[in-house]
Amino acid sequence: MNDPILQISNVSKSFGGLKVLEDVSFNLTPGQRFGLIGPNGAGKTTVFNILSGIYAVDHGSVVLAGKDITNLPIRERIGLGLSRSFQNIRLMPHLSVIENVLMGQHCQSSQITEMLKPINWMKGNKWKQRAMETLENAGLKVDPGSTVGELPYGVRKKIEVVRALMSKPSVLMLDEPAAGLNARETSELADFLHEISTRNVTLLLVEHDMNFIHALCERVAVLNFGSKIFEGTPKEVNRDKAVLEAYLGTSTLEGSDAA
Amino acid sequence: MGGYVEGIIAILCINLIFAYGVFLTAASGQLNLGGAGFQAIGAYVAGVCSNSLGFPIFFSVLGGVLGAGLIGFLISFPVLRTRGVYMVLATFAFALVVSGIILNTDFLGGATGMVVAAYTPVEVLIWVTLLTILLVFWLMASRIGLVMRAVHDDDVVSEIMGVNVRGVQVFAFTLGGALAGLSGALYAHHYSFIEAQYFSALLSIFVLLFVLIGGTQTAWGPLFGASFFTLVPEVLRLGDTEWRYVIFGILIVLMMIFRPEGIITRTLVHRVIMVFSRSGGH
Repeated sequence: MNDPILQISNVSKSFGGLKVLEDVSFNLTPGQRFGLIGPNGAGKTTVFNILSGIYAVDHGSVVLAGKDITNLPIRERIGLGLSRSFQNIRLMPHLSVIENVLMGQHCQSSQITEMLKPINWMKGNKWKQRAMETLENAGLKVDPGSTVGELPYGVRKKIEVVRALMSKPSVLMLDEPAAGLNARETSELADFLHEISTRNVTLLLVEHDMNFIHALCERVAVLNFGSKIFEGTPKEVNRDKAVLEAYLGTSTLEGSDAA
Repeated sequence: MGGYVEGIIAILCINLIFAYGVFLTAASGQLNLGGAGFQAIGAYVAGVCSNSLGFPIFFSVLGGVLGAGLIGFLISFPVLRTRGVYMVLATFAFALVVSGIILNTDFLGGATGMVVAAYTPVEVLIWVTLLTILLVFWLMASRIGLVMRAVHDDDVVSEIMGVNVRGVQVFAFTLGGALAGLSGALYAHHYSFIEAQYFSALLSIFVLLFVLIGGTQTAWGPLFGASFFTLVPEVLRLGDTEWRYVIFGILIVLMMIFRPEGIITRTLVHRVIMVFSRSGGH
């Protein structure tokens, strides 16, 4: 049961002469809420881009549920249970809310007969119904036909999480999901993600908001200049001198109310 | 039906089908400035099928559709290696190559053109146009259309969502080429004469304008764009004929200023639907 669902082993990545990741390893167990933190430019988003296949690794391997996906094409990863959101929201701006959410379940049904059904003319289409239900369950009270480009930032952020969930992922990677949200929205998001993880969805979060990390994550890895400098519980992070210096810019917890 | 009105309806039908051909590639994020090349292939293949091979009109037109679709499929692979303005140039160059080949092939009539004996009446054009419009509306209402529009908006995210982006783009190019070919095949059989000079760079620019000014987000876009470009100059003929193209040009500039994403957008269609559903509920 404790076999890792996602294993990142000795991953290195360079862009020209710039080493962005160096020998980074960590494992996620099923249902775990795992935080990846570090200062700007530490390589957190690069880890996400490697996991989703946008970047190829120079060295190392990525194993998802026992299958080596290091060199797997981008589009085949979601079908194996890997889904993600983006630091800067990347919803399709000209698609409506419901259409964006529908895109999230593309990997589950790409047979031509399903693809040819005119869903916009049909009332009882199962894919559309499921997308509507998921939107409602996420507490999103928006007009499903409205174009996402017109919606407030917080709502779009949540739609992106819902879209990522539509593929029924085993590992959900969220890149700064709380960035730009107010305190109430952040708290609601934490509750929502908590609830998701109870359905055996493993969460990998990149986040700067330490309160959010403390409230949600069971385990944290810290990156600095492309290297992992710490891995442990959020409480242990607070006590690690190297982390405090690298990430918070001080070796004391001065001014931080993280607990 | 008077000859003048019939003439306008015929060219409107051909322009609509042609615009939908270019629209399909634009809807999935690729600008095709080689529309006239595909239309010419459709016209000449259909003409040869009809004249030299003695095919009935239906099979000649089908030949034109398949020929242009096949070329669309084949050309998509090198063209899709390019992006943005380079893709526009690559497709533009393709149309010039097609035109050059026709001009230098005696079998196709060269610069003197080709007479196509078989004739398709305007009624057939109308029916084929209606079927084409229905086909494209249906496609855009299906998940294929959704995926095409997703690729248009963000190809990387589409790929992450599991979409075969290259497959979608090749499909759009192939079907787009086939529809442009259909418009050419009908042109050849309705006007009974084709020449390379008609399928010029200006025609490629015009059809892309139909699509861009109408809007690439919904299937209503080309319907508006092609109708506007075909009918408005004729309507303006009723007034001051000397100034009609000036007025027409000003209208286009105004549309580009006030509706840079095209006249018909998703948001506009959604708002209209909401208004109708509200008034229908009362």
